[in-house]
Amino acid sequence: MNVAARHILIVGAGHAGGVAAATLRQTGFTGAITLIGGEAHPPYERPPLSKELLAGAIPVEKTYLRPLAFYTENGIAFRPGETAVAIDRAAQRVELANGDTVPYDALLLTLGARARRLALPGADHPRVLYLRDIVDSLALREHLNTGARIAVIGAGFIGLEAAAVARKHGAAVTVLEVQREPLQRVCAPEIGRFMATLHRRNGVNLRTGVAVVAIEEKGGALEIRTADGETVAADIVLAGIGAQPNVELAHAAGLAVEDGIVTDEFGRTSDPNVFAAGDVTRHFNPLLGRKLRLEAWQNAQNQAMAVAKVMAGGDRPHAEVPWFWTDQYDVNLQIAGAPKRWDDLVWRGGPDDKAFTVFAMQDGKPVAATTMNNGREMRPAREMIARGRAVDPARLADAKVKLQDLARET
Amino acid sequence: MADENWVTVAKRSAINPGDVLGVTLGEREIALYDLDGAIYATDNLCTHAFALLSQGWLDGEIIECPLHGGRFEVKTGKGLGPPINDDLKTYPVRVVGEDIQVKLD
Repeated sequence: MNVAARHILIVGAGHAGGVAAATLRQTGFTGAITLIGGEAHPPYERPPLSKELLAGAIPVEKTYLRPLAFYTENGIAFRPGETAVAIDRAAQRVELANGDTVPYDALLLTLGARARRLALPGADHPRVLYLRDIVDSLALREHLNTGARIAVIGAGFIGLEAAAVARKHGAAVTVLEVQREPLQRVCAPEIGRFMATLHRRNGVNLRTGVAVVAIEEKGGALEIRTADGETVAADIVLAGIGAQPNVELAHAAGLAVEDGIVTDEFGRTSDPNVFAAGDVTRHFNPLLGRKLRLEAWQNAQNQAMAVAKVMAGGDRPHAEVPWFWTDQYDVNLQIAGAPKRWDDLVWRGGPDDKAFTVFAMQDGKPVAATTMNNGREMRPAREMIARGRAVDPARLADAKVKLQDLARET
Repeated sequence: MADENWVTVAKRSAINPGDVLGVTLGEREIALYDLDGAIYATDNLCTHAFALLSQGWLDGEIIECPLHGGRFEVKTGKGLGPPINDDLKTYPVRVVGEDIQVKLD
């Protein structure tokens, strides 16, 4: 579609931007590529930031998609530490904070998302932390010491993963979640309960149905006040309350934005010369038949690859079952699907087993699956969800029936 | 080649055709594969991230990482595209009586 493009400019050098740049070259795009990012690091993967990097188990470089040299070796002009401030779509150029303007034939916006900020009194205290980038992860790591008191607001992936790492480092951890169960944005309450039990068994003071109303410094400690009048004392607060897409640049340039830059399944925005990929997009998913925004590794990797191939002249859409995973203590939890509703759950194994898989069913068809230490069932599960055909629940529940055999039949 | 580099890692009966088995040897994690009766061995840690391939999906002669879907040829360790940048280390294997032995370097 943009085979004729001589210069592709990628704004945003996170996971999606890095994958797109590399994919353009692998696909044989021979024009110029410029990759602009606000951070000091080359593109990196975010999952380790709340796991191995936070735990100090790996060096920062291990999170990099490719070593820094890759970009020069592949003729990709990588410009770290630079921020785009405006897109002039008529003139096809982007203005940078340092006053430079960069022209483009085709523009790819991989602007990512940022941590949603707490909006309550005391939230601006310097010991109220967030976890989104490498700098955040290294800063939080400094606080994870034996005996340190950490209050985590929000029992989503980020909050729970950080809580697990903090416990391993001997910190005293309280998690405050406004919903009744953890992980309510991504999985069934039954799975949320399983994860709640896991954390409590590992010594986390997990309190659900609790709304935080204020944070106050008292005698050197932070006091977190809840709506029901209770207080929690902590040395630091980590807020993990979701992310919001960095849409301002696109919005100001007049591109279609609805809590995310609106794209089709090819990554095309409302301007034929402008594409978008990764966390920042609200993209159409043909398998689900609707638009959605995803903050996940899979989307940063695979959607960016698909969109880069389209920009290099390909014609294949990005169409995958959404897929997420988390590592906490000795549990690897993987979730496929993003259903709005389901009428039944089918368990292969149960919460007391060493491994299990749970399917969410709607009208007899699998619409989502969760595997607990059972990642090998994820691939057939995803195939079954993508195909969307009815499955005999009795056979699905029978752990002796191999899932790959069922996937082949349906 | 010094014979002491061969280390017994599992019983032959512990693995069936189409299966993957993870074994730990000191600091080393090794994955054993039974491809139609022939045993192969590779590092068990995916070269991309911290995932055990033995918990992954063996598709013919290709092992797929359970975390990110990275794929490797079992026989050669060759990585088959993104997100894999580095190939997987393979080990020579032999079956001695009831035992599977792997040659370490």
